[in-house]
Amino acid sequence: MLPADTQAVSPKETRKRPLVVMQSVSKVFSSGTVALSNMSLTVESGEFVSLLGPSGCGKSTALRIIAGLGDVTSGTIDWPSSRINSRGLPEGDIGFVFQEPTLMPWKNVFDNVHLPLRLRRVSKAAAHDQIMEVLTTVGLQDFARAYPRELSGGMKMRVSIARALVTKPKLLLMDEPFAALDEITRQKLNDDVLRLWKATGITVIFVTHSVFESAYLSNRIVVMKARPGRVHADVPLITSLERDAHYRTSEEYRKACETVSHSLIGAINSAGDH
Amino acid sequence: MSDETDTSPLLVKGTASARRRDLALRIAIPFLVIALLILVWYAYVKLSGVPPYILPGPAAVANAFVTDWGTLAPALWVTTKITFMSLMLALVGGVGFAIFLVQSRWVELAFYPLAVILQVTPIVAISPLILIYAPSTQVALLICAFLVAFFPILSNMVQGLKSVDHNLINLFELYGASRWQTLIHLKIPAAQPYFMTGLRIGGGLALIAAVVAEFAAGSAGAGSGLAFRLLEAQYRMNIPRLFAALLMLSMLGVAIFGLTTLIAWLSLHRWHESSIKREN
Repeated sequence: MLPADTQAVSPKETRKRPLVVMQSVSKVFSSGTVALSNMSLTVESGEFVSLLGPSGCGKSTALRIIAGLGDVTSGTIDWPSSRINSRGLPEGDIGFVFQEPTLMPWKNVFDNVHLPLRLRRVSKAAAHDQIMEVLTTVGLQDFARAYPRELSGGMKMRVSIARALVTKPKLLLMDEPFAALDEITRQKLNDDVLRLWKATGITVIFVTHSVFESAYLSNRIVVMKARPGRVHADVPLITSLERDAHYRTSEEYRKACETVSHSLIGAINSAGDH
Repeated sequence: MSDETDTSPLLVKGTASARRRDLALRIAIPFLVIALLILVWYAYVKLSGVPPYILPGPAAVANAFVTDWGTLAPALWVTTKITFMSLMLALVGGVGFAIFLVQSRWVELAFYPLAVILQVTPIVAISPLILIYAPSTQVALLICAFLVAFFPILSNMVQGLKSVDHNLINLFELYGASRWQTLIHLKIPAAQPYFMTGLRIGGGLALIAAVVAEFAAGSAGAGSGLAFRLLEAQYRMNIPRLFAALLMLSMLGVAIFGLTTLIAWLSLHRWHESSIKREN
């Protein structure tokens, strides 16, 4: 993105409505552990936000709460620009990618991706084109009939991403999706997710504990700290460079990593302070 | 996302001839061992001069198998019928009860102990009671065999239904799946490997129970199963027929084992670790 573009985009940004607003959300587990304390976060449409922090900082809990998996102890989550269903969630607007591919081993790739539509009673025939389209997006169009066990870790993750995208959600939630993959596969999938984000304009909230991954992907990093889990810093990352292999070796990326690292160290050192 | 360079690790299939040789060996070796054992048996009977009313040779047993077929076959059919009917009932009952149990922790807490009590009480000890209450001996045998086969299917199924990947349950929740949808599309398929274990154990036990219950019931005459023919042959010192009946029972057992193994293979071979051959 050139600087001139950035200026052109700014007025449009102000018109955007927030997609999801977390207000003073706290979550206390039945064991008494305070997973989240008074966390507020507003995510605009089209943002790529990373939640970064040490383990136990509540970043995964925050993501699950946004997805409607588990109740909040206090606080609210609002969806100002979505139609809300009976469970208080935006209907069909959320895709979720877990840390594990979380595929059904007894179903082939096609049927796994079909699942979200099947649960809405869309038949295989009716969903066929939609499923093949999303499989093509993740580069797995030739593996529709393969079973998960026949795929590599990276390919399974792609199936998982395809499944999350098949309902054409507005918001993609990713919970350390590439943490278990090797570095090369991870970088490739990072590029794929970025390309997808640019092509579809989808909003992404990405949980990670990697400074480098968050600095490469996001245009905003929310650094969290532990005991109890809460927001430590909100770091915007605006770059004029295209995020690609060159960006990985650029001075700007180095600086971004440095800024984020400092913030993360601050979060770790001040953990437990109130 | 088209610049895919992941290797596609589709399982490398062994060469066809190597697999055929492997299969031939897997079939040939057990048969060779059995043939050898029969040979030893034959030699022992021949050399020791043991009378045929104590230990008949293989030829005498084979002869009894053929000549007594008219007597033994109907009994085999009765035992087969009881075994399969009780297994079917145990399948329906075990799976149904397992689904009922996992609906809530309270239901499980209330009913699981009952199933355990039924299981741990020796079936032979309950059979006199069942004989009194059941309208006919056949029904009593059926109930006994059912009770024995029921528990392994129930306990494996409960375990399977509860062992579903937690993230997959979350995923179903995320997409607003109903309880019914989660059960049909997730829990039951995920429990398949456990069910198959239960089926294999239950199949074997159903046959054992069908025989033991008949011993206990002391049923006699036409319409009785192989257990009665075993006892009858013993009383009459017709040892070759006893062996022939035994042979039938083990063949029935092997057939049930083969059938349940085949069913397990059919439902699991495409996806489950237990049915996948690894080269390393």
